[in-house]
Amino acid sequence: MVSKKKKKFSSGEGAKYISRRAALRKLQVSLREFRRLCILKGIYPREPRNRKKAQKGDTGIKTLYHIKDIQFLLHEPIIWKLRDIKTGSKKIAKARALKDYEKIHKFNNSYPVLKLDHIVKERYPTFIDALRDLDDCLTLCFLFSTFPSMKHIPRDQSQLCRRLTTEFMHYIIEAGVLRKVFVSIKGYYYQAEIKGQTVTWIVPHHFSFEPQNRAEVDFKLMSIFVEFYIVMLGFVNFRLYHSLNLHYPPKFPSLSATNIEKQLVDEDVFVSERVAALNYSIAKNSNDIVEEDVAIDDFCNEDDPEKLAEAKKEAESIENLKTLFKGLKFFLNREVPREPIVFMLRCFGGEVSWDKLLFVGATFDENDESITHQIVDRPSVDNKYTSRYYVQPQWIFDSINNRELMPVKKYFMGEILPPHLSPFTNKGLTDIYMPLEERALHDPTLLEEIHKKDKEAEDSEKNDIAENNDDDHIDESESDIESAEELQENDTKKKLSVAPGKVTKEDPQQKGKEARQEYRLREKMVKNKHKRLYKSMMQNKLERKKEIWLLRKKRRLHEEAKNEKNQKS
Amino acid sequence: MGNNRKRKIDISKQNKEIEVKEETSEAEEDSADDQLLNTITNEEEDCSDSEGEIEDSEDEGDQHSEEESEESDFNISEDSESNDSEGSDGSSGTEENSGDSTEEEEEDSSSSEIEEATEEKETVENKQNSKKDVKKKVFRERKTEVKTLKSSTINEKLKEKSESAGNNEYDYDSSDEEDIRNTIGNVPKNWYNEYKHFGYDWDGKKIIKPEAGDHIDEFLKKMEDPDFWRTVKDPQTGQNVILSDEDIQIIKRIKAGKIPDVSFDEYAPWIEWFTRDVMQTPLRKFPEHKRSFLPSKDEAKKVSKFVHALKMGWIKTREEAALLRAKKEPQFYMLWQTDDQAEEMRRIHKHIPAPKSFTNISAFTTHAESYNPPSEYLFDDREMKQWDKHKDAPWKRKLHFVPQKYDSLRQVPSYKRYIKERFLRCLDLYLCPRAIKMKINIDPEDLVPKLPSPKDLQPFPTTLSVEYKGHTDMVRTISTDKMGQYLLSGSDDGTVKIWEVNTGRCLKTIKMDDIVRSVEWCPNNALSLVLIASGKKVVLINPHIGDYLVCSKTDSVLQEASKIASVMSERVKSTVEWSQPEDALYKSGVRLMLTHFKDVTQVTWHGKGDYFASVMPDGQNRSVLISQISRQSSQLPLTKSKGLVQCVLFHPTKPCLFVATQRNVRIYDLVKQTLVKKLMTNSKWISTMAIHPAGDNLLVGTYDRKVLWFDLDLSTKPYQVLRLHGTAVRGVAYHKRYPLFASGSDDRSLIISHGMVYNDLLKNPLIVPLKRLEDHQQTNDFGIFGVHFHPLQPWVFSSGADGTIKLYSN
Repeated sequence: MVSKKKKKFSSGEGAKYISRRAALRKLQVSLREFRRLCILKGIYPREPRNRKKAQKGDTGIKTLYHIKDIQFLLHEPIIWKLRDIKTGSKKIAKARALKDYEKIHKFNNSYPVLKLDHIVKERYPTFIDALRDLDDCLTLCFLFSTFPSMKHIPRDQSQLCRRLTTEFMHYIIEAGVLRKVFVSIKGYYYQAEIKGQTVTWIVPHHFSFEPQNRAEVDFKLMSIFVEFYIVMLGFVNFRLYHSLNLHYPPKFPSLSATNIEKQLVDEDVFVSERVAALNYSIAKNSNDIVEEDVAIDDFCNEDDPEKLAEAKKEAESIENLKTLFKGLKFFLNREVPREPIVFMLRCFGGEVSWDKLLFVGATFDENDESITHQIVDRPSVDNKYTSRYYVQPQWIFDSINNRELMPVKKYFMGEILPPHLSPFTNKGLTDIYMPLEERALHDPTLLEEIHKKDKEAEDSEKNDIAENNDDDHIDESESDIESAEELQENDTKKKLSVAPGKVTKEDPQQKGKEARQEYRLREKMVKNKHKRLYKSMMQNKLERKKEIWLLRKKRRLHEEAKNEKNQKS
Repeated sequence: MGNNRKRKIDISKQNKEIEVKEETSEAEEDSADDQLLNTITNEEEDCSDSEGEIEDSEDEGDQHSEEESEESDFNISEDSESNDSEGSDGSSGTEENSGDSTEEEEEDSSSSEIEEATEEKETVENKQNSKKDVKKKVFRERKTEVKTLKSSTINEKLKEKSESAGNNEYDYDSSDEEDIRNTIGNVPKNWYNEYKHFGYDWDGKKIIKPEAGDHIDEFLKKMEDPDFWRTVKDPQTGQNVILSDEDIQIIKRIKAGKIPDVSFDEYAPWIEWFTRDVMQTPLRKFPEHKRSFLPSKDEAKKVSKFVHALKMGWIKTREEAALLRAKKEPQFYMLWQTDDQAEEMRRIHKHIPAPKSFTNISAFTTHAESYNPPSEYLFDDREMKQWDKHKDAPWKRKLHFVPQKYDSLRQVPSYKRYIKERFLRCLDLYLCPRAIKMKINIDPEDLVPKLPSPKDLQPFPTTLSVEYKGHTDMVRTISTDKMGQYLLSGSDDGTVKIWEVNTGRCLKTIKMDDIVRSVEWCPNNALSLVLIASGKKVVLINPHIGDYLVCSKTDSVLQEASKIASVMSERVKSTVEWSQPEDALYKSGVRLMLTHFKDVTQVTWHGKGDYFASVMPDGQNRSVLISQISRQSSQLPLTKSKGLVQCVLFHPTKPCLFVATQRNVRIYDLVKQTLVKKLMTNSKWISTMAIHPAGDNLLVGTYDRKVLWFDLDLSTKPYQVLRLHGTAVRGVAYHKRYPLFASGSDDRSLIISHGMVYNDLLKNPLIVPLKRLEDHQQTNDFGIFGVHFHPLQPWVFSSGADGTIKLYSN
């Protein structure tokens, strides 16, 4: 008996993957539905180990899905819902064409609604998983909350986004878990630490919406993402609120007391406006305080005492950060972007208000004498109060990133601001460029140097650069020159003569050069297997070095230009 | 409208007795607003008569035609009534006119004077006065005046009537009959431009135009006449009219947007006639119909329909609809019961989470992204140019945005590409293939093998100590004598030179006929012989250097050997021809000459100094020849060509021959006449090779920049491949005593390495590159050709294409 010949690609890599076209055929859906399905279910193509085998001998590049992912989609109940939606919209279209308004109404009412709750649970088995994946969700929701109503985007989506994002911000305020902020040209970066997960998101600047070219941006696709993210963010908010014993959806405890005299026309609108103001603390379910902060135990027998000390220091600085603006009263001028600043100030215990006419929710007036800081973003103000500081908004960002109140002097109204540095630095990398200001943050002695604008600093920088030059570029030529010199010396020594002996000092430069030469020879002995990797790593290193050198040079040029200007004036 | 007017005119013509026409402006005052300008300009005698003006304006453009027609209908009926009554019985008293009779007395007089155009203004004044009187009598109604001239008789009659009438309910005229004093009809007024008159009155008399003065008159009037400002021209009769104070007040009020009637109280208390309160008596006289107390069957039907629809759920109440809407919105509840415990359910197979979008921002990027970055992050001109250059290939850009600096937060605009970037992230999330990739997080230095420091491996040649200059062309080959006193070199200039090693002095120069490709000093101490390959010839020369005894003994040995007649096969004979030198040559030191059938590229001695091998790459299967001096015979060890033979070597101890073809090295056992091993070099072209003095390791240099170390005990593949050179390797050599080897290449560099071979078979050789020496000059892309170690000292010789030989000592 001859066993039947095994068919090719019936096992192994070839049987693991399925092309998109085959998947469509298997699922009996259109490409558009498949796209929606994939986005909602979080299915993505996979990169096979061996593409040719995975494509069953086909060269070129296909979109490959794992066969199990497609089988997983096969069992998804929303696949039926999607089909219902398709037929539903067809019915509506037909009724509309016939102008049968009764039917349109009927079909509209019975239009199927996608329930995504189970998908959220399926994609994020634990709450922590959901938090880990919150970055994209928040960024997109914050973007959509600024959108007007548009074609292809469901009408209430942007409103829901707005609601959920403000709710999330309320949670951040109540929990005080914001850690870093950064104003970039793209928007405001925020980083919070929620249950040990760092969540980073961007909120765009004002007027971020712009009509886009259809070929460039497909809002419909983004809207599908948002459709899922809304549900996810809602559940996350719900759990976050309950972890703080807050009432969800947010309510205010003192609402009726303060506004009892007002006949509220629409209470919902009133509440949602207050919520959007971010200026009131929201109601709790019960009065028990959840004490989360646990002091770090001393007896934990970690090997590294330094690590422990570091962790303690970190905890201390976070504690400091949480009460950073406590006891301070802020007033925002109308040109200051209200929402981000109120969010940040309230996060760290500050009291904020603004012009009553600007937005609802102002708590005190400008003429309140107890105001300690007024945030202004204009060169001058007509009538100033002597009892408060007039500072620019950057003071808040820098204070938060520094975890202590920065001296206000440099941030006064009309001052030229010091550069705003990003708090998102990679501490692991050693060979990165640090601007002088950042170094000053780590090493306070440098600060004085900056103030004085010492020439020493510049000189040292120059030296650094010169050294770098030596290191990188002039090495070889130098070695040539030196060897030539040696030769000459040899020649002169040929004459027979006795000279008093000299103590030869070891030239450190020479020594370093030799060591480098040695290293260069040793470098040749890198294993063949690693040679390419090594080369690329060294290449990158060199590029980084060059980048640093370039930045230093530019800095120097700028400083020089500035000094010249000063001298002239 | 036009018809109506005609009818009106007809009626008035029928009743010719009634020449008095009165109109009140009362009825139409509210609509007079937009005709204000017309009124002011056109007003003639009766400025208060806004009605007439309205009619005029209607003629010009039928704007309010509908309303007007209704009004006019109403007027007509009234008029006709009144006319009838007057027509039938004047004395019975037409209430309508009777009220006006009082004024008409005065008006009569004025109208009679109208013919005298000069006195006109006075009449108007009179009229105004009379009006004032009337006003007091009649309820604040303003009067219009007489339209046409009438006979005094009728006038008197009317007077009587009015007196008899007393206070009639029709004591003012509400008719809005058009004021027609000019009977020409609706014709362009410029038809009368050339006449003295301006149409005809009711009696058919000419209406004479007022005297039109020239500009000077006008000016004088303007200066002198106090009423000039209130004098207007009646467009219908062409007469000047002076407006009264009341007229002017009305005009002012209209201009100010007020109701023209002064007495009208806008804020009079509202009398609510129809209230929801049940009143004592009905407003209407008749009782409600019985029907109104019975429930409507029709409505009941409708209600029952609605109730049924509600019951069936076809229509929803507001609450229900709100509930339904809420149901469509997502409902949130506690989805995860705990923070970190997963529920068992089907999930994605081997999920690969997407990389976070903001984790891999390097510090450089983020500082540059700041709205107020340190100044060095901003692009300078060069970088900006670079940015623009990569417009079509944005991935080549250093950053994906241009850093910007803003003085304050309020100046920061929205980021143009923000939505695009978010969209691209979305695309990545669902369209980008994912795979788990191991990321190596190591220092590149860790990849460099840890080797002992060269300092611990001394001695090795480090410094250039002697240079041997004298050759005019490149020196292809060098060799030393057994004791290391003399250096032998062969060059392309066709000479062989012998140098004293220590001093660098050239002791002897031997001129050859052709390029010298290979020289080698005889390894036998007892013989003073050098082997030189030049062109097709291989020559054995006694250099007569060194020990005299050895030199003379060498000569005698060779002479003895030459007497032996050797027998060689035909194949060998066709390959090589042994010959004794002529006397002249003999004197110059040549002892034996072998003429080959092809160019010889390499010659090499066997360790004993009796045999030597010569290589002719073009010789096909006769390319390797082994010759024996003592027997003066040759043999061809290989019968088959295995490729282009590059070089050959004798094993130092065993009877083995290493033959390097273009790609492989074959080891033949010369006794057994078998192939022992074939070494795979995995390189394109072998250039040279050297064997370790112990005989177990082989060094092969290749034109593709590699130096291969073969451990013959290990395998046929190289134990280590050294890529120390940048270009083709042309010379390799082992030191006889020290664990050193060297390689020279076209990149001018001579690299000295430590190559320790241990006696312990289990321990692999240790190879450490020690020193790179670059002193030769580059000539025609050639660097170093020959590399040779001093037999006793840790010194190395290198011969280069620049015609020099260099000695490096420690």
